[in-house]
This record gives sequence, structure tokens and C-alpha cells, in this order.
Amino acid sequence: MSTPALKEWPLWEVFVRSKQGLEHKHCGSLHASDARHALQMARDVYTRRQEGVSIWVVPSASITASEPDSKDAFFDPAADKVYRHPTFYEIPDKVGHM
Amino acid sequence: MYTQSFNVPDGTAPGPQAVPAAADPALQAHFDAVIDADGKIEPRDWMPEAYRKTLVRQISQHAHSEIVGMLPEGNWISRAPSLKRKAILLAKVQDEGGHGLYLYSAAETLGTSRDQMVDALHSGRAKYSSIFNYPTLTWADVGVIGWLVDGAAIMNQIPLCRCSYGPYARAMIRVCKEESFHQRQGYESLLTMMQGTDEQKAMVQDAVNRWWWKCLAMFGPPDDNSPNSVQGMRWGIKRISNDALRQKFVDATVPQAEVLGVTLPDPELKWNAERGQHDFGAIDWDEFWQVVNGNGPCNKERLATRVKAWEDGAWVREAALAHARKQAQRTMKEAA
Repeated sequence: MSTPALKEWPLWEVFVRSKQGLEHKHCGSLHASDARHALQMARDVYTRRQEGVSIWVVPSASITASEPDSKDAFFDPAADKVYRHPTFYEIPDKVGHM
Repeated sequence: MYTQSFNVPDGTAPGPQAVPAAADPALQAHFDAVIDADGKIEPRDWMPEAYRKTLVRQISQHAHSEIVGMLPEGNWISRAPSLKRKAILLAKVQDEGGHGLYLYSAAETLGTSRDQMVDALHSGRAKYSSIFNYPTLTWADVGVIGWLVDGAAIMNQIPLCRCSYGPYARAMIRVCKEESFHQRQGYESLLTMMQGTDEQKAMVQDAVNRWWWKCLAMFGPPDDNSPNSVQGMRWGIKRISNDALRQKFVDATVPQAEVLGVTLPDPELKWNAERGQHDFGAIDWDEFWQVVNGNGPCNKERLATRVKAWEDGAWVREAALAHARKQAQRTMKEAA
């Protein structure tokens, strides 16, 4: 491709808190020249209808992610530990809700 | 807003074509199993090269359609008949820009860059929805675009919310939530005009007459002439066939036209009690392909407008980067 990649604004991931008391949730990404610019862009792109009360922007390059290929090996250790769930334990009905 | 069955081939990209790596059978089997179970594929999961390419093409064409789609209506912002209609139209056109950005982001998760996509559009290799290569001659066109063009787009887009590729599906959910406003504002604007003078009513009818067939063509070629559709269905990218969506659109629109008090320009359009659907006339596919291939009334103008906007904005993009670099240097100096 003939594209001068260096002229592209960096990529940012956008997280929006939809209302006070809820967590910030990933909602997409955008290109912006710096953090302040990214916040303004995020407001215009992702909260045009008051979808948020707070925004985080993070450079996409700063995110470390688990490898999808190692999904099994990485998450398997939890798979056979059913005793970590409350439904593993049988309690007599007469005890009521516990 | 606007994917037409956008699986029409783009022009060929220059430069070396990626050679698809021979697929590992285990990876392919895992992918097939996820698709068969109606599961989702996420950006870093293994996927067949052809699936990736199809998605890049479809999502980027969809994004281009949103961006080019700002132009026909943008022309009317400064000429809207009241402050209220101007504010509504501004919001709608801004939404289209936003939809383009969601979709470009989704396409970028597949390993293409924004600049590559913009370059493909500006060099004329990439396609976008043909509907925007027609002019918006009167204010009634703005209403009709909302009612019919966005209405057709919604029909197309709702099934895409269940697309097998996660980022595309999530972008479409966001788009569909906003799209309903687009259709309703258009219809309401037309209702208002239909309560006006004879000239205003005639203006609405004229706009409907000019846009109706083009909207039917937005759903893409008939099923028996749409080879890509089969693969798209297999991959869970396409969920409902072009003809089925077109039929749904006709059936939904006929009663809306009655309430509005306009006729649809098709003498063969009538209710078929046996099928429980409307019959309608034949679409002029020669015209459709003419416009797809660059020979519509506004193809050149639309593209030229986009390229000019991009080039005129170059100094802003560069200045923003220069400012960011300077700020970063200053911060480093202060820290030192």
C-alpha cells in the first residue's frame, strides 16, 4: 500500500461510564492526535445522546491482552473447580434461602 | 445507515496481493464449529483469509457509504426551511459521520488501516452505496431519504446486528439504535409537507417517484444473481437474502405511503392474497450496475467533494500531530 502510516493519528480505546455507580465499559475506538483530543472525539462519537457521564481513553498500543490461541491453557485451571460455585453444595430445603 | 448488499467487488488494489496461508485444519475446524454454533468471532481469533477479506470489504464499503451519505443531505443544511429542521438535519448528518467512524474502527480490527481505507475510497477502487450518486433536488428529497433510504437501510442492518464478527455486530447495534430517529424524522417532515399547499404535496410525490426504484435496488441483485450471498450466509455475515429483505421493505412501506397520501410509482404493485405479500414490477438492473461502476449522475461530484475535504483538512491533521509532539517534548523536559 502506498499509505504513509506515520501520518495517521494514533488509535485510542474508549471506555464510557453510562451512569454514576456503574463501571466504565469498552465501547469502541477512534483516532486522535493526543489524549485531550481523544477525549473530545470520544464525546462526539460515542456520547451524542447522553450515553455517558465519564469517559476514559487509553492508547490502544498500551493494552496487553491474553492470547486467544492459549485460551484453553490459560483458562482451563478454573474449569474443573466446580466447588467454587454455590450450586456445588446441597443444603436441605428446610434451611430455606441461603 | 447504508449497506446495500454491499458485496460488489471493489476495484483491484495495486501492489502485491497477500498470499493466503494454508489453513491449519484444526484452526479451520474450530472456526467452522464456532460458526455452526452461531457463535462470535473476535479480532484476534483465527479466521480464514477469505472471511477476513470479505469483512474488510463489506465493513469498509459500509463505512464509506455512511461518509459519502453525509453529502446529499449536507447540501440542505443551510437551506432547511426552519431552525428546527436545520437542527434535526445537522444531528442526522452528524450521526452518519459517527456511523462511518464506528464502522471504520470495526474494519481496523481486521488489520487494515484507516489510511488504506480512505485511500481506497479516494482513488475510486472502493465502492459505496450507489444511492448517494443521485442528486437531492428539493427539500422533499431530504424527507424521502429519511423515510425510504434510511428505511431500506434499517431493513438491511437489523440482521447485521447478529453478524458472526463481534466488532461489526456491536457497531451495527449502535447504528440501528440511532437509525430509527432518521427514518421517523423524515416521515414526519413529509407528513408536514403533505398538509401544506398543492405545490408542497406535488414536491413530495415527485421525490417519492424519483427515489422509490433506487431504494428497491439498494437491497442488491436478485438472489439467483448474487453468488457472494451464499458464502456470506454460510459465514453468518449475511442472515436474510436480498430478495427477502426487499419484499419485507415493500410490504412495510405500502401502508406507510397510504397514510402519507402518496402513491408508489409502480403500476404492477399490488397485494397478492395468495402469497400474503405484495407483487411488484421489475427493477432496472442495468441502471444499478451503471451507477455502481461509476456512471451515475453524481459519482464524480461525490468523490471529488470527499477528496477535496480530505486534502483541505491535511494541514489540520498535521498540525494536531505537531502539537501533540511538542506537548510530549515539553512534558519530558519538565520531568527531566
